[in-house]
Amino acid sequence: MDDLLREFLTETSESLDVVDVELVKFEQEPNNATILDNIFRLVHTIKGTCGFLGLPRLEGIAHAAETLMGKFRDGVPVTPEAVSLILNSIDRIKEILADLEAAEGEEPQGDDSDLISELERMSMSAEKPAAAPVKAAAPAPAPEVAEPAIKVPDQTLERALRPGEVSLDELERAFRETEIEVEVAAPVEAVVEAPAPKAQKPAPRAAAAPKDDDHEDKADKKAAAGGGVSNQSIRVAVETLEHLMTMVSELVLTRNQLLEIVRRHEDSEFKVPLQRLSNVTAELQEGVMKTRMQPIGNAWQKLPRIVRDLSQELEKPIELEMIGAETELDRQVLEMIKDPLTHMVRNSADHGLEMPAQRRAAGKPDKGIITLSAYHEGGHIIIEVKDDGRGLDVDKIKAKAVERGLATEAEIDKMTDAQIHRFIFAAGFSTAAAVTSVSGRGVGMDVVRNNIELIGGTVDLRSTPGKGSSFIIKIPLTLAIVSTLIVEAGGDRFAIPQLSVVELVRVQTNSEHRIERIKNTPVLRLRNKLLPLLHLSQLLGIYEGENAENAINDDNGFIVVMQVGSQTFGVVVDGVFHTEEIVVKPMSTMLRNLNMFSGNTILGDGSVIMIIDPNGIASAMASQASSAVAEQNEEAEENRRAASDGQKPISLLLFRAGAPEPKAVPLSLVTRLEEFEVSKIERSNGRDLVQYRGSLMPLVYVNEGDHHKLEGTQPMLVFSDSGRSMGLVVDEIVDIVEDRLNIEVGSERPGILGSAVIKERATEILDLGYYLPQAFEDWFMRKEMDIRSLTKKILFVDDSAFFRNMLTPVLKAAGYDVTTCTGPDEAFELLESGAEFQAVVSDIEMPRVNGFEFCEALRRDPRFRKMPVLALSAMVTPASIERGRQAGFDDYVAKFDRPGLIAALKDVFSGEMGVAA
Amino acid sequence: MSVLEHSVASGSDMIQYVTVVIGGQLFGLPISQVHDVFVPESVTRVPLSAPEVAGVLNLRGRIVTAIDMRRRLHLPPRQDGQMMAVGIEYKHESYGLVIDTVGEVLTLSAKTAEPNPQNLDKRWAEISAGVHRLDGRLMVILDVERLLGAMMSEPMAA
Repeated sequence: MDDLLREFLTETSESLDVVDVELVKFEQEPNNATILDNIFRLVHTIKGTCGFLGLPRLEGIAHAAETLMGKFRDGVPVTPEAVSLILNSIDRIKEILADLEAAEGEEPQGDDSDLISELERMSMSAEKPAAAPVKAAAPAPAPEVAEPAIKVPDQTLERALRPGEVSLDELERAFRETEIEVEVAAPVEAVVEAPAPKAQKPAPRAAAAPKDDDHEDKADKKAAAGGGVSNQSIRVAVETLEHLMTMVSELVLTRNQLLEIVRRHEDSEFKVPLQRLSNVTAELQEGVMKTRMQPIGNAWQKLPRIVRDLSQELEKPIELEMIGAETELDRQVLEMIKDPLTHMVRNSADHGLEMPAQRRAAGKPDKGIITLSAYHEGGHIIIEVKDDGRGLDVDKIKAKAVERGLATEAEIDKMTDAQIHRFIFAAGFSTAAAVTSVSGRGVGMDVVRNNIELIGGTVDLRSTPGKGSSFIIKIPLTLAIVSTLIVEAGGDRFAIPQLSVVELVRVQTNSEHRIERIKNTPVLRLRNKLLPLLHLSQLLGIYEGENAENAINDDNGFIVVMQVGSQTFGVVVDGVFHTEEIVVKPMSTMLRNLNMFSGNTILGDGSVIMIIDPNGIASAMASQASSAVAEQNEEAEENRRAASDGQKPISLLLFRAGAPEPKAVPLSLVTRLEEFEVSKIERSNGRDLVQYRGSLMPLVYVNEGDHHKLEGTQPMLVFSDSGRSMGLVVDEIVDIVEDRLNIEVGSERPGILGSAVIKERATEILDLGYYLPQAFEDWFMRKEMDIRSLTKKILFVDDSAFFRNMLTPVLKAAGYDVTTCTGPDEAFELLESGAEFQAVVSDIEMPRVNGFEFCEALRRDPRFRKMPVLALSAMVTPASIERGRQAGFDDYVAKFDRPGLIAALKDVFSGEMGVAA
Repeated sequence: MSVLEHSVASGSDMIQYVTVVIGGQLFGLPISQVHDVFVPESVTRVPLSAPEVAGVLNLRGRIVTAIDMRRRLHLPPRQDGQMMAVGIEYKHESYGLVIDTVGEVLTLSAKTAEPNPQNLDKRWAEISAGVHRLDGRLMVILDVERLLGAMMSEPMAA
């Protein structure tokens, strides 16, 4: 293929992508002349080049489309049909271009008269009647050529013009116009508008005149800026860049080898120049990496068009918002997420957003909004696809999951909503009731997940019924360079990507961590959690001893704790060397079927090392140790830490409601236990109420849809606060026990904090913060309203999610404006950033910096010296209170002493400075 | 396209072969396919790979997949340490065929090549593109396409 043609193809397909985007924008803002000018210019260029290269089909379509757009430029109102038609033409042009490329420069045979005549018909109907005769006289060329602005000698062709062919007159005019447009923007108006030979100068144009000036200005600036940019950038083939990248990687490796050699020779004269070489190489590497980075907007470019088409097809108005399009990531990664993103946006449009009528009924604007946003976080890029639609339908998913045999009904009943949501990522799952042309073919989300996991990313989702859902994708910035941990197993070295390594645990005879065995299966007890263990050499089948079970030495070993998705497990290795940033090289095709490895690379010492694929290890682990692997999520992690805080036994009220499994709430939160005659329960305004102490108390059920008993008495837990009460209907009050509250498995089901073992039974711990607002929507708000002027801002520092969840409502209910922090670090950040608080309530037992140190640090800072700080601890002994006083705490309160905390706060605010005063 | 067809298509009937010895047998590789000859050093094992894969190694900055030709040809493993490798390129990837020794380069006419004998070990016949009768010994032509191609598809299907 001819170079000229190749360049044309690249350039044109780029231009067409831009046209797509611009057209969709234009449809929304039909009066924006800048956009129209952009489109017009692009199509015009395409047309011109096609004529030059002798591509009559392309030229014909481009010309007809341009004519129609010329009408818009002249002020004819823009209709969605017309835009659709132009988009169709663009599609046809793309098709032809693709064929052209495949056929090495031969324009494919075909007839476009259908499209062209449609375009012409549209142009014609858009025409004002006055112009019609002109049009009739010269059907093929654009009607606007009828009278050129500046007289040019008539140039006639020996034959009739072919469809789409341009008359010399028009060509002449085009040249003149383009020239003027490029050089100076302002005179254009003068030349084109002032002589006004155009019979149909339409009113809308005139109306838009002030705007025009404005746009002229912009165009000026744009032209100036545009010239600068085009001079500063050049087009480079991707291949060249890839090659450059490889060469730089080689250079890095060679440098490493040289450094290694020089290290062995003291005072070598090479040392200094080599140091320079080293620095230059590092910079070079960084520079080359940068060339591979592209804004994520490139992957989004096609989306506005897709959304627009969907919007028409589905008859839903949809707006696509894009935030952070300039966020950069590696080219390779960009390519890999293009399709998953497109699919997710389609899904949101099709399944996520409701029909306008439904939206109106739900009190939302007709127009659904899909928001795409991207931002950097650490070495990752986070992409979120969010819609404001109906959210996921949990019941539908449940039914489908059972129908597809993905889970039994019993299993599903125990699952949290978040767990149920995740079913949509299962293979062969699609919730759309009908298979539409858009989505619903059931090959959707599992493919999306696979693609994302393939590049070491994760996808998560959050959904709120009626509010919408959002998908959160987290992917590494680049696949080219990975930070890895070099380990040894079975005499060979392997690289494990650090991304999936949670921590390293050294096991020795007398160390804190031990390997234990359950029926010969090795497990690691790590902070009250059992992790399944497997030796890497076993996983890779390279264990050389006779019995693979002996691979793990119970008394000595390194355990790499890895987390992949929801799976956490320990991989035992013989040795851990160091971490190394490595340049991943793909494995040869012959080895690519090994899913234990994701690639290989050359280390600094010149040897090749295999890179472990965490996903492969995880699935091997799952099949080898399926029974031991427990589903675990972040919340459980947090709750577990909370558990270690809750050393001190607390009183818990055990009861049953809705299900045979016991449930529990901390007794300190319950105001009273009551039993009411069923006949006393009244129904009013769609909810159950009882008359209680002279006012109506709303009843709340643990599970939505539960009923109270039909006869006898109905037990309930009463929670009261400032004259308001709520009755939580229970089936039976079982017991009050003193036990340590160890929430072992977290929950994402609203209303349940998690599960704990209480009296040797798995028990669900209720989240009161969820139920209170069900009784009175404004339970937490009303007091803030009442005493806004008095509201004190409190900073509540606690590393345990459980206590944050439990005490925040308590503090809020007492009228404080509470901000929570997970630790002193975060607290300092907030304070440094200028957030103002009247008091700090801090936990004592926290990792890294404990409450005492935190308070001492606060007291050292003159700004916070006078701020009241309360200690909150599970451990209340005279010694610890004394320690707290020394650290500078104003008061020291037991964690479960809810009234005590409120009283202490009241004290500090009323000026009686508690203990420290 | 097999080696023989290739030579016919290119119009010349003389082909240059790099000869190698594997387990005492003389083999010939078309010189056009041989990129270099090297001594394989510090080969990294690849766990779970096909038994014929000797491992991966670094050849001047490229990662080369080394194939143990003795294993590929179902010959007993070599006893002495001496080994060589022939670097070839297949579908834009680098492979190294680990052999015993490299011999001279022979220029032979495609016309004198004979098809594989009927009774040739099936596993050999698969990767042989014919036999040349030389003075006193036979040279088996190695068909690189089939040699490597078979290794690509087998594990994939499994």
